[in-house]
Amino acid sequence: MTTTTAAHAEHPEHGPARGLMRWVTTTNHKDIGTLYLLFALTMFFVGGAMAMVIRAELFQPGLQFVEPQFFNQMTTMHALVMIFGAVMPAFVGLANWQIPMMIGAPDMALPRMNNWSFWLLPFAFAMLLSTLFLTGGGPAGGWTMYPPLMLQTGEALPFVIFAVHLMGISSVMGAINVIVTVLNMRAPGMSLMKMPLFVWTWLITAFLLIAAMPVLAGAVTMLLTDRYFGTAFFNAAGGGDPVMYQHIFWFFGHPEVYIMILPAFGIVSQIIPTFARKPLFGYSSMVYATASIAFLSFIVWAHHMFTVGMPLAGELFFMYTTMLIAVPTGVKVFNWVATMWRGSMTFETPMLFAVAFVFLFTIGGFSGLMLAITPVDFQYHDTYFVVAHFHYVLVTGAVFAIMAAAYFWLPKWTGHRYDERLGRIHFWLSAVSVNVLFFPQHFLGLAGMPRRIPDYAVQFADWNMISSLGGFAFGTSQLLFLYIVVKTIRGGARAGAEVWEEAHGLEWTLPSPPPYHSFTEAPEVR
Amino acid sequence: MTGERERANRRLTLRIAAVAVAMFGFGYALVPLYDVFCQVTGLNGKTGGRAAATEAYAVDPDRLVTVEFLATVNGGEPWTFRPAVARLRVQPGRSYVTHYLAANPTGRAVTVQAVPSVAPGLAAQHFHKTECFCFHRQDFAAGEAREMPLVFTIDPALPPEVGTVSLAYTLFELGETRAN
Repeated sequence: MTTTTAAHAEHPEHGPARGLMRWVTTTNHKDIGTLYLLFALTMFFVGGAMAMVIRAELFQPGLQFVEPQFFNQMTTMHALVMIFGAVMPAFVGLANWQIPMMIGAPDMALPRMNNWSFWLLPFAFAMLLSTLFLTGGGPAGGWTMYPPLMLQTGEALPFVIFAVHLMGISSVMGAINVIVTVLNMRAPGMSLMKMPLFVWTWLITAFLLIAAMPVLAGAVTMLLTDRYFGTAFFNAAGGGDPVMYQHIFWFFGHPEVYIMILPAFGIVSQIIPTFARKPLFGYSSMVYATASIAFLSFIVWAHHMFTVGMPLAGELFFMYTTMLIAVPTGVKVFNWVATMWRGSMTFETPMLFAVAFVFLFTIGGFSGLMLAITPVDFQYHDTYFVVAHFHYVLVTGAVFAIMAAAYFWLPKWTGHRYDERLGRIHFWLSAVSVNVLFFPQHFLGLAGMPRRIPDYAVQFADWNMISSLGGFAFGTSQLLFLYIVVKTIRGGARAGAEVWEEAHGLEWTLPSPPPYHSFTEAPEVR
Repeated sequence: MTGERERANRRLTLRIAAVAVAMFGFGYALVPLYDVFCQVTGLNGKTGGRAAATEAYAVDPDRLVTVEFLATVNGGEPWTFRPAVARLRVQPGRSYVTHYLAANPTGRAVTVQAVPSVAPGLAAQHFHKTECFCFHRQDFAAGEAREMPLVFTIDPALPPEVGTVSLAYTLFELGETRAN
């Protein structure tokens, strides 16, 4: 006993430090997880406000509220903020909170790097958002940043590129941390094939990040040197090729979309067994399906650019490999359904979001399959059909999974139960309004309405108005989520260690809220 | 025990960081790979920047291919740049002469370069130019206008499903002509 007391005397910082500096200097995985999640929530509302501008402008045909240039800045910034500021940091936050608790580790493997990788983000986004106030405004060439259009950006260009660099460095460091933690810090007995699926999907996502993010960094660096240092990577006059940018970008871009969905698969694979009160159906097939999706994501990139002019053999290759992804994804969907089959299901808020995820993500998957068909993609390319598709997989997919995770683990993190009635109201408001928002966009796209344009022909007016109404309702509903989260942090009914009836997993063996250092003694894994 | 774990963590961290750095390099390696791939397969509609050797082809008298000529000026420069004829019906194997017109409206001497692109991309390797203004930079005096010649042959090996070939030139201003 005396030795431990002495050790504690030498390290007085064993509880959280007091004051604001606690959050600046923290190396604790729970603190950093909280910072990531709060940052993601903030960016969710910033990006959401931009979406409200877009939907307000599209409420009626004609130009209403904003200049076309500003509209394009909004579509570009909305995407960058939501992808790099909301969805990805939210997943990293969840990984920080959950992975050490789920594998029985005391903390992440590289706590100082963890602090650094979070604190890069506020600076990256301050820089990115500040471009809106520069002469010439923010970037307006679309989040994909295609040259030569993107090279015509005003003073904002280098700020955007350096912001992307910082985000990339941050997420690569986060990914390194996850891989080292998962591979080196597991409790004795926690073999790879005993890991919870959320840990598995994050491990695979981390490898995708390591392989994909540096390629994006390279692509935007080439943009920077093309603009300021006289290189001609994408400049035809100097022997370059702008189409090459699209190849390099989407070599990053397609793995990126799986970076934003694989952790969601993991979350849903934790929640559905808990509320169906059955073990996950087909655990190992889930692991292999995730790995197959990750592999396939590197060989399908050109399906984003069928219309640039590709030989038939190329179009067939990318069409078939893209369709092949439906096989492992189908395995996952059927496994979730089979897990629910004859389970003793209850529908608390996390389960509602998880079931909605399975249903609505599948709709997004099917519209993805339609887009994979090369001949029809020529019709759908750059229309609202594409917008509807990726919002089904990203909003009702990734964002719904993040919300499910927040409701699922919030009692564990705070020690308080959230208000179940409000949670369900939030779910139903979101689930209905999100479909009013995005489903009509399928019709608009099939009818030929192009994306990223502030005006449209009058025949698109009705569905756009409905879509905008859904958008305003969805945006407003998220304020309820904010209220519920704040209320739960501040107080509420005490949550026990287990939180959910017969929940399995190491995190439920810890008290709620868990101690500042989770497993100082490695737990026993059965 | 903890020292051992820390060493293991550091080793793994360095390895993964090395992979990340290598992937940054891979992004750049894609540039020459892309060029080589396009050269080998002839996919991206680029015709060689050099004159093709004059070859005698067997002319196929029963086949006619439409060649469309297009001209674009990059970045909204006020240049006049257009083909003398918009469209030719040609017999594969026979040599044809046409030209493009370009006029420098500015009061400066300017050097320009035209960059070609052929669609469909696979037709590029069957589009042989024995003489082209695009092989060289073109110096224009202030206010100068002139015709620039193009001599080409369509290879009879052009796949039979290709009935129309589009040849597009984009004119890039390279800056004011330097006095030699």
